[in-house]
Amino acid sequence: MAKVSKSPWLLHYDASSCNGCDIEVLDCLTPKYDIERFGIINTGDPFQADILLITGGVNSQTEPVVKQLYSQIPEPKVVVAVGICACTGGVFKECYNIKGGIDTVIPVDVYVPGCAARPEAIIDGVVQAVAILDKKREEYRRQKNAK
Amino acid sequence: MAKRSIIPFGPQHPVLPEPIHLDLVLEDETVVEAVPSIGFIHRGLEKLVEKKDFKQYVYIAERVCGICSCGHGMGYCEAVEHVMNIQVPPRAEYLRTIWIEMSRIHSHLLWLGLLADALGFESLFMESWRLREKILSMMDATTGGRIIFSVNCVGGVLKDITPEMLREISQTMDDMERELKPIMETFLHDYTVQSRLCGLGVLTRDQAILYGAVGPMLRASGVEYDVRMTGYGAYGDLEVAPITAADGDSYARCEVRLKELIQSFRLIREAIGKIPEGPIAVPVKGSPSGEYFMRIEQPRGEAIYYVKGNGTKNLDRFRLRTPTTSNIPPMLETVKGCQLADVPLLVLTIDPCISCTER
Repeated sequence: MAKVSKSPWLLHYDASSCNGCDIEVLDCLTPKYDIERFGIINTGDPFQADILLITGGVNSQTEPVVKQLYSQIPEPKVVVAVGICACTGGVFKECYNIKGGIDTVIPVDVYVPGCAARPEAIIDGVVQAVAILDKKREEYRRQKNAK
Repeated sequence: MAKRSIIPFGPQHPVLPEPIHLDLVLEDETVVEAVPSIGFIHRGLEKLVEKKDFKQYVYIAERVCGICSCGHGMGYCEAVEHVMNIQVPPRAEYLRTIWIEMSRIHSHLLWLGLLADALGFESLFMESWRLREKILSMMDATTGGRIIFSVNCVGGVLKDITPEMLREISQTMDDMERELKPIMETFLHDYTVQSRLCGLGVLTRDQAILYGAVGPMLRASGVEYDVRMTGYGAYGDLEVAPITAADGDSYARCEVRLKELIQSFRLIREAIGKIPEGPIAVPVKGSPSGEYFMRIEQPRGEAIYYVKGNGTKNLDRFRLRTPTTSNIPPMLETVKGCQLADVPLLVLTIDPCISCTER
């Protein structure tokens, strides 16, 4: 990451995680990891977010919420699946109420493995998401100009 | 009569890391009633005992919740061990106790940080979580995992702690206790914190018993009850006196959790002083047959584990009653009559763990 072109704002949602990844996502904000020094802020408002961080696999209750949050984030947007449950369903894959990873519901750009995902891995995932966000923004601008 | 309106609260809400939904019935700004709807994180973990064998299921039990992970593993293992009449080596019991107390410290510090965040006191949030990093590093160094560390197994524990490491843990507890002092001072005596917490969401002693509150929520209402007094694990050898407060308001809940931190530091040092030498696990043969109820004290309160085996490697039934499930009815009671702006704070004071509740 040579330079950050934008201070990306995160939206975090717990689709059906065990909490482990969620507290590690929050941990990234605190003094030891302190992602705010990159201008990254954890916002609670989907309308102001650029990156959607989702933890946990999707179940029938959270599916509409995840879809709604995804649709509320303005274009361009990047989705990061945090933790093995969000990637594939993980240890909960065989549960009757789990549909599988986040990519069964919405498109995912970055997969962060781990149970629970370590803060270093989450930060790395977000940094990759920023690069993808730049590319998507370019693409978005080109399409808009073409119209 | 003022006009009634219904405000939805959650499931995605800035103050909560986890989804819970409340329909708040308001009269002007005052809450008249709160109607909860849960089930956002239901995965169906109890049913998984039919697919995984009872030794594998320890890993699932530890993933019921990421914060009280070690406690869930311990509760499940102890229940299965009682069914199978396995005598766990004393060193394993002590190691479990040390880890579960470390989890309690990490959970309470996490809660204190979230409380400060809900109050808008950002520096206090950062201070609490900075201190919490120390305990996470200690868990990482002893087990290899920061929050979910899977050290419990049926018959004992998987990892031992070396004497040097035990000394270091003891030293870290001293350091943390010293560093907690200024944080504790701020939580208990700062004007800003007091003005938000004192007198908010009072749960009287009778109400706490009537609605079945558990853990710090119950003890903050003046009831002396702590499952650790029953002496499971190594608690029989250690001195555990329940920490109570009289007022039953949000401030009392904060006070109880702060004092429990000090208690946990002491318990860990005491356990390290008394830990016996010996093996850390016994071999397990056969499959469980019979049933058992195991109660343990999680950071959030009393958790009950029910295990029923049928002599095969898969259990018939596993049931878990978690502390947050019991604490939701008292929370709904405290929310009545409060201002809309105080609802996030009141939901937080029970230390909700939704993934435990819904499994």
